[in-house]
Amino acid sequence: MLENQVKAKLRGIVGDAYFKDDIETLVTHSYDGTPMLQQLPEGVIYPQNTAQVSAIMKVMSEHQIPLISRGSGTNLCGGTVPVQGGIVMVMHRMNAILEVDMQNLTATVQPGIITKTFIEHIEGLGLFYPPDPSSMAISTIGGNIAECSGGLRGLKYGTTKDYVIGLECVLASGEIMRTGGKLMKDVAGYDLTKLLIGSEGTLAVITEATLKLIPPPKHKKTMLAMFKDMYGAARTVSAIIENRIIPATLEFMDNPTIRVVNDFAKLGLPLDMEAILLIEQDGEFETVERDIARISEICQEEHADQISIASNQEEALKLLTARRSAFTALARLRPTTILEDATVPRSKIAEMVQQINRIAKKYDVQICTFGHAGDGNLHPTATTDARNHDEIERVEAAFEEIFEEAIRLGGTITGEHGVGLVKAPFLEWKVGSAGIAIMKNIKQGFDPLNILNPGKMFAKESRRRVVIDHV
Amino acid sequence: MSNATAKSLQESLKLKLDYDQLTNCMRCGFCLPACPTFKETGVEAESPRGRISLMKAAVDGIMEPNVRFEEQMGHCLGCRACEPACPADVKYGQLIEQARDAIEDHTTQHRTWVKGVRKIVFGQLFPHQNRMKLLGKGLRFYQKSGAQTLARKTGVVGLFSKQMSAMERILPEAAGKGVVDQLGTRVPAIGEKVGTVGMFRGCLMDVLFTETNRKTVQLLAKAGFDVVIPEAQNCCGALHAHSGEMDQAKQLARHNIRAFQEAGVDYIVSNAGGCGAILVEYDHLLHDDAQWQEQAKWFASRVKDISTILLEKGRPLPFTEGPGVRITYQDSCHLRNVMKAGESPRKLLKQMPGATFVEMKDAGSCCGSAGIYNLTQPDMANTILDHKMDHAKATEAHYIVTSNPGCLLQMKLGIDKHAPGSPMQAVHIVDFLYERV
Repeated sequence: MLENQVKAKLRGIVGDAYFKDDIETLVTHSYDGTPMLQQLPEGVIYPQNTAQVSAIMKVMSEHQIPLISRGSGTNLCGGTVPVQGGIVMVMHRMNAILEVDMQNLTATVQPGIITKTFIEHIEGLGLFYPPDPSSMAISTIGGNIAECSGGLRGLKYGTTKDYVIGLECVLASGEIMRTGGKLMKDVAGYDLTKLLIGSEGTLAVITEATLKLIPPPKHKKTMLAMFKDMYGAARTVSAIIENRIIPATLEFMDNPTIRVVNDFAKLGLPLDMEAILLIEQDGEFETVERDIARISEICQEEHADQISIASNQEEALKLLTARRSAFTALARLRPTTILEDATVPRSKIAEMVQQINRIAKKYDVQICTFGHAGDGNLHPTATTDARNHDEIERVEAAFEEIFEEAIRLGGTITGEHGVGLVKAPFLEWKVGSAGIAIMKNIKQGFDPLNILNPGKMFAKESRRRVVIDHV
Repeated sequence: MSNATAKSLQESLKLKLDYDQLTNCMRCGFCLPACPTFKETGVEAESPRGRISLMKAAVDGIMEPNVRFEEQMGHCLGCRACEPACPADVKYGQLIEQARDAIEDHTTQHRTWVKGVRKIVFGQLFPHQNRMKLLGKGLRFYQKSGAQTLARKTGVVGLFSKQMSAMERILPEAAGKGVVDQLGTRVPAIGEKVGTVGMFRGCLMDVLFTETNRKTVQLLAKAGFDVVIPEAQNCCGALHAHSGEMDQAKQLARHNIRAFQEAGVDYIVSNAGGCGAILVEYDHLLHDDAQWQEQAKWFASRVKDISTILLEKGRPLPFTEGPGVRITYQDSCHLRNVMKAGESPRKLLKQMPGATFVEMKDAGSCCGSAGIYNLTQPDMANTILDHKMDHAKATEAHYIVTSNPGCLLQMKLGIDKHAPGSPMQAVHIVDFLYERV
């Protein structure tokens, strides 16, 4: 439990209203979007500015109290569950767009701004910020940076890390550090900006970010291609890329997902298809038309059973809805939905999907797969029930094997959700023991007392997913 | 709160809360941006995800439900905007009602006046249409006799809570005579008959908005329906259910089901989103009542909002070209989120010759009226209304059209507060349509 002296110091920094340790607040900050994880913090603090964050970190350091910074808590890796207690720092009050620089095409924002709010503001100015995590209506830019979020446009436009060019952060000691800036070129020293992106709150608390903006595409076209043969769909993905076409979006749904989505959204999708690809291209009018025509040809060459091209925005939206409702539809099947994030080189998509289906069968669990085929990022999603302990163990064993397969195929254990708590046991599989050692040294350099989001990223020893019951 | 009270509340929550639904919440947070109280405060506990986690923590024994727990459950508007946003289809509306039901059994927290008002209003007033009528007559007397003028001049009105006196200013003229007194219990279709509908007159609607009820019947007749208004019907029970008075809500539901079954109707028409939403869920309300299940399903499957039935089942109304006005629409939360009929009123309004429909920003988010929420939680209700009126004013509309008496009064209150002297008016969709047929 927190000493009264510590509470008094924290209240002194932010004011009585913005430090809370009543049971209601503790319960409502004991979880994030990850199923089956919960642990109460000892207090929750809502800073208003960088100076307050700095002062708070000094108190945390002095008393060696863990601090977990978070935005809306939508992450799916247990990244913001306070597993070792301590203080949860909610960044919602730091939500200003500090500047949009129309000369340099950059925006400087505070971390607590909701991604969608930011995107709408930027689009209102005739500019484009491409990262579009599915949680963008809820998640914050700070959270996106901490987890290095992706989305449907990752293939052509890259993910969060490709748009963050400068950061202000508060170190564990309370010192304030700035990295990068508005400049497009900067190789002075180690790239600390990139290092902090995706560091999941384990290295520093991000308090400000400078983001790169680009001009928006002028034209857009959307199509669906349906395949009775999984390899046909997979070859199409490879062939599109081989033909030097990079679509804005190239999404995949497997047969079980198609069935569920269709049942839920009544879209009239053919149920005998092994896979559906959702493809969107944007850019100059002629380029888009030429690319979509060529992609259609490729789909035909790979024996797509049906191809439909949206003739207008409304139809395009209907096609996108099919893909976007995948999570919603799957979540309605069973009480507990575990959405994972295995990623492979895009030439291995078909093999990976087949392995996932084999593994699901082996462990007798239901796993539906959809995801960002174009960048090899799949979301095998288990629909299960947390109360069925036997089944949960089989689900965990299945995912362990799925990650093993992903790595065997040259892939990784997460493409856009982060390592957090749930994938910490598998990180070493991907980065090796030397990788882990160097990462731990970096962590030690930033946070010698191990007070920033402790227990995340690095597992003690277990290879198993950690399921923590209530306190 | 004493430990014993907390313990007994905890036991009651264990009994009443649907644990499957608590488990179904996967805490993805999709509900957060849909929730008006979260939008206002940014506090996790003020969100559906937060409230469900509190309910679950109370049931799981992680926390004892304390005063703050009760207050938090009271803070929810019950607008159910979180339900369409929820990927897992968690029945949040049922959970919050179950929690309030448990709290109602055990609380020692209500301020005395809330308790007193509830007891009288829920137990003695709403279930009895004749008493509601009497109330209407009393109100009419107050408004017509000069008492209102006197009360306002002498400042007696100010003795009510600030919120009550603000409401007093915007109450419409009560009719004193309900729709049955005016039209009888049967009104035949005009022209060729397309079906028979039962009119749900509502209790507040029939006292404060009798004209709207009368016009509803006449619009239905013009659209080709024989309209029956069963006299035996009573209050829908929505306010009871939302406040945790479940047994009373069920009693009222059974009574209404019987009244409409005896009337032999094809559809049951409601012109109040708040009533319609519970009517359409009578099957859920009575799901553990084996004896009534079938009848409840019969009833629920026949309930339609006035806009939907005019649009989908009736003969098209011959709208005449009206004056060139701008109109905007404030959703009734329950019509949109529970009856899933937010599109029907918009489609009708867009058909209106001469009128320009302007969509208001965040039209689908609650206006803060929420049953008696604006009386029990005035601070939050007023903050929500302030933001709503900013959006309403930005449309520069002449009419804010609504589909529910609570929303209508709240919009009137909003105009009175934020746009006094402006040509903006709040109007029920039925009244607006009727003027133009």
